[in-house]
Amino acid sequence: MTPAPRSGDPSITESLISEHGLTPDEYQRVLGHLGRTPTHTELGVFSVMWSEHCSYKTSRVHLKTLPTEGPRVVQGPGENAGVIDIGDGWGVCFKMESHNHPSFIEPYQGAATGVGGILRDVFTMNARPIALLNSLRFGSADHPFTRRLITGVVEGIAGYGNCMGVPTVAGEVAFHPCYDGNNLVNAMCVGLVRNDQIFRGIAAGVGNPVLYVGSRTGRDGIHGATMASDTFEEGVEKPRPTVQVGDPYTEKRLLEACLELMKEDAVIAIQDMGAAGLTSSSVEMAGRGGTGLALHIDQIPRREPGMTPYECLLSESQERMLIVAAKGKEHVVHDIFAKWDLEAVVCGTVTDDGLWSIYEDGALVASIPVGALTDDAPVYNRPMERPAGLDARQVEPELPAHGDCNAVLKSLLASPNIADKRWVWRQYDHMVRLNTLVRPGAADAAVLRVPKTDKAIAVTADCNQVWVKADPFTGAQAAAAEACRNVACTGAEPIAATDCLNFGNPERPDVMWEFAEAIRGIGAGLRELSVPIVSGNVSLYNETSGRSIHPTPTLGIIGLLEDADDAVGMGLPPTGELVLLGTPRPRLGASAYAQVVHGVEQGMPPQVHWDEERALLAALKAGCAEGLIRAAHDAADGGLGVALAEMCMAGGGGLGVGDGVGCSVDTPAYPEDVARELWLFGETQGCAWVAVDLDDVPTLLSLCQELGCMARHAGHIGGDRMVVRDAWKTAMVDAPVAELREAWETGLCDAIGLTQPPPRA
Amino acid sequence: MRFGIVTFPGSNCDHDAYHVVSHVLGQEARFVWHKDRDLSGLDCVVLPGGFSYGDYLRCGAIAQFSPVMESIREFAAAGGYVVGICNGFQVLTESGLLPGALLRNNDLQFICEDKTLLVANGHTPWTVLCPETIIAPIAHHDGCYYADEDTLMRLEDNGQVVFRYAGRDGGEGDEHNPNGSLNNIAGICNEAGNVLGMMPHPERNAEAALGDGSGASLFRSIIHSFVEGRA
Repeated sequence: MTPAPRSGDPSITESLISEHGLTPDEYQRVLGHLGRTPTHTELGVFSVMWSEHCSYKTSRVHLKTLPTEGPRVVQGPGENAGVIDIGDGWGVCFKMESHNHPSFIEPYQGAATGVGGILRDVFTMNARPIALLNSLRFGSADHPFTRRLITGVVEGIAGYGNCMGVPTVAGEVAFHPCYDGNNLVNAMCVGLVRNDQIFRGIAAGVGNPVLYVGSRTGRDGIHGATMASDTFEEGVEKPRPTVQVGDPYTEKRLLEACLELMKEDAVIAIQDMGAAGLTSSSVEMAGRGGTGLALHIDQIPRREPGMTPYECLLSESQERMLIVAAKGKEHVVHDIFAKWDLEAVVCGTVTDDGLWSIYEDGALVASIPVGALTDDAPVYNRPMERPAGLDARQVEPELPAHGDCNAVLKSLLASPNIADKRWVWRQYDHMVRLNTLVRPGAADAAVLRVPKTDKAIAVTADCNQVWVKADPFTGAQAAAAEACRNVACTGAEPIAATDCLNFGNPERPDVMWEFAEAIRGIGAGLRELSVPIVSGNVSLYNETSGRSIHPTPTLGIIGLLEDADDAVGMGLPPTGELVLLGTPRPRLGASAYAQVVHGVEQGMPPQVHWDEERALLAALKAGCAEGLIRAAHDAADGGLGVALAEMCMAGGGGLGVGDGVGCSVDTPAYPEDVARELWLFGETQGCAWVAVDLDDVPTLLSLCQELGCMARHAGHIGGDRMVVRDAWKTAMVDAPVAELREAWETGLCDAIGLTQPPPRA
Repeated sequence: MRFGIVTFPGSNCDHDAYHVVSHVLGQEARFVWHKDRDLSGLDCVVLPGGFSYGDYLRCGAIAQFSPVMESIREFAAAGGYVVGICNGFQVLTESGLLPGALLRNNDLQFICEDKTLLVANGHTPWTVLCPETIIAPIAHHDGCYYADEDTLMRLEDNGQVVFRYAGRDGGEGDEHNPNGSLNNIAGICNEAGNVLGMMPHPERNAEAALGDGSGASLFRSIIHSFVEGRA
């Protein structure tokens, strides 16, 4: 049977094809798959399903190289989210996803619906969401858009996550002029699921009914996926109708109804309607199941009359799910959704013809082989080329010494990328559900207890885009190492990763080279640490007026603590000793020091030494498990000096942030200004400061020796000043912690022009 | 003691309240669905935090019309203990069970952080076992307590102001007020003392793992008052 064009459909012309983002070659492939001219509806469907966002046509060949297997992997990439085994029958279900393009166009709703989408990806697997994270990038702090964008994005994340009752516990915010025209909003959700009760989006059972549940379909978000697969030009207001509007109250009910339904024996498959809405959810379920699917589009609940099949299929209205139920169990779905005042409508059936068929009032309006939209979608191995001028950019810069380490330290602490992010996270409910043991700002990762067990998980989202830009392979390895080290600094063992790969326009060979190299670096790094990637997302075309963003492959890491009581934060205890773990190899290239003090972005990122990195992770885990380590923090942006200052500023509050605690540390730094600044602010891999009781120092040092991790007793904790001396025992840094904290606490709001929150209680 | 935890479709601290009264304090507890009217056998009703019916309009404005609130009005009138936390406090003021209203925070932001509360009246059934100050996190966008001058004076004269935002040493001062509440009010009770509303979340600090655990003293107080009252 061949679908007939509907009256009023535009005729299929070259310009219509091009408006749908299909190349002439791709259109020829459409003709090949169908053996005829597509209807307007079908053209729209090919357009979204073959968009970069849905098809991964550019990234697929590279993503295949990532490590995705391991003994703990319960569900790897390809499903709505990945699942990793944490023992006792429990799995952690998690994924990160971008909502970059919509958040630039409409920051509040763009960010809010990004949170909504990632939550659905997790609860559709029958996992109870227990935490949200986010990784945000904005243009320069003083760019005219930045204040409006960060305000809207943070409020949007808060507005959605807070209403859902899922705590937003960790993340990162950074600023760089490369994001002036394309901010990034990456949202990650973490849920808990019984490993034997996972639901997947695999259609099965010919004749089983397909149910549409949740919000009604409106005209919002049509072609959102296609928009997210294109670059911006100046004046981006035009695509505003492609941004969806969030309704967290409906999503909260959808969450509870879905989890309640999955306790019954009624669901065969379930999938959220995200990008490309009804189309991608139905196509993907049929694709995974190797079945066909018939949908009666007239049955779809709508917000307004007169919507065409084209609009219904391409709408990205939020808070909707598609369910394949067991035949005869429709009433179970109806009853549970009615309890939560939600609609559930039978709108189709699973078929065995391998076709995705759409009917409107009984008339066939689209009929496409499922494979044409999934496995047989175009795949590109786009040309790559090492960027011109990269060699020159990688030369280590020759930077004159500043001369005043106290002043440098304060200016680094006040710089927006390092400064206190309390203005951001105090707007997020980060405590609801009573699992947050280590809160935002109190450690390198948040720690959540796992109810009904003794365990805890540590979670982080992280990326240093300056390192990745400087050298995508080395920088991505460093990003992978640092993200894993962040969870290790709470005492956890990194066990799995998710990634959100934000890049520029892949049709530019230099951007494509960055993409391929960064994936190679992430893969290499995570293989070295035996951490599999179980889910992820790609966001390309982050480019405005020909200017691409820095490559930003954000990594989300899950760490496991067998005993929640072992968790530590970064704040120093009131007394004790400081031990430096690892071998510092500081360098100022591509560092925060070079950018903030000298305005230079040049040089290579710090190289990871994997044997040392593994030894460090083992020492952190064992030291926390043995109760020796009382606080830990790795050297990252701003080097060992900034890391130590951060521990001082957070000191005195146990697992939380206290009033501050001083320290006195001796270093082997030569007394020349250049050497001092290199030691304090040079960036290095594989190093962390840890706080230890005096009596435990020998035990920790011998434990580290056993594990092959360098460890040096470096100083004492106490007082109210941070003092760091060079090899001649002359103070390089000597400043009241309260002064450092003043700079750190006010830096973000001062730089952007936001209202300072009142002082910490 | 038997607790009933009300679940509106948008409640999201209902499981937290349940966890604390049943797992931490070992009391009996059950959920009460918003469409139900049956409160039989309950000694205390908890209206938990969240977004009752989405609260896109005014927080708690729709909840006052829910079936369960009819029963709660009768329950409270008969002297039953009722506590509204955060959204629950908003529901209680909207329902007329407590005077005043909760407006937008004065900085127009959602705020989530620990606050020290001065126990302004330690003689209520809810505070008899509380220390002079407790720590309880706030997590709200609309927590600025407002009442007209007469009402405010009456509340103060009757000792109905139960909690005030304070410094760590218990000292009062506007600098500790996170949201612009009049008289730094964080929680009030009705004249009879059996109905309490508060914006901070004592259930979020009822275990040593999550803070100093001082929020549990509120629940211990009401259990104590119930047992004493029955004796």
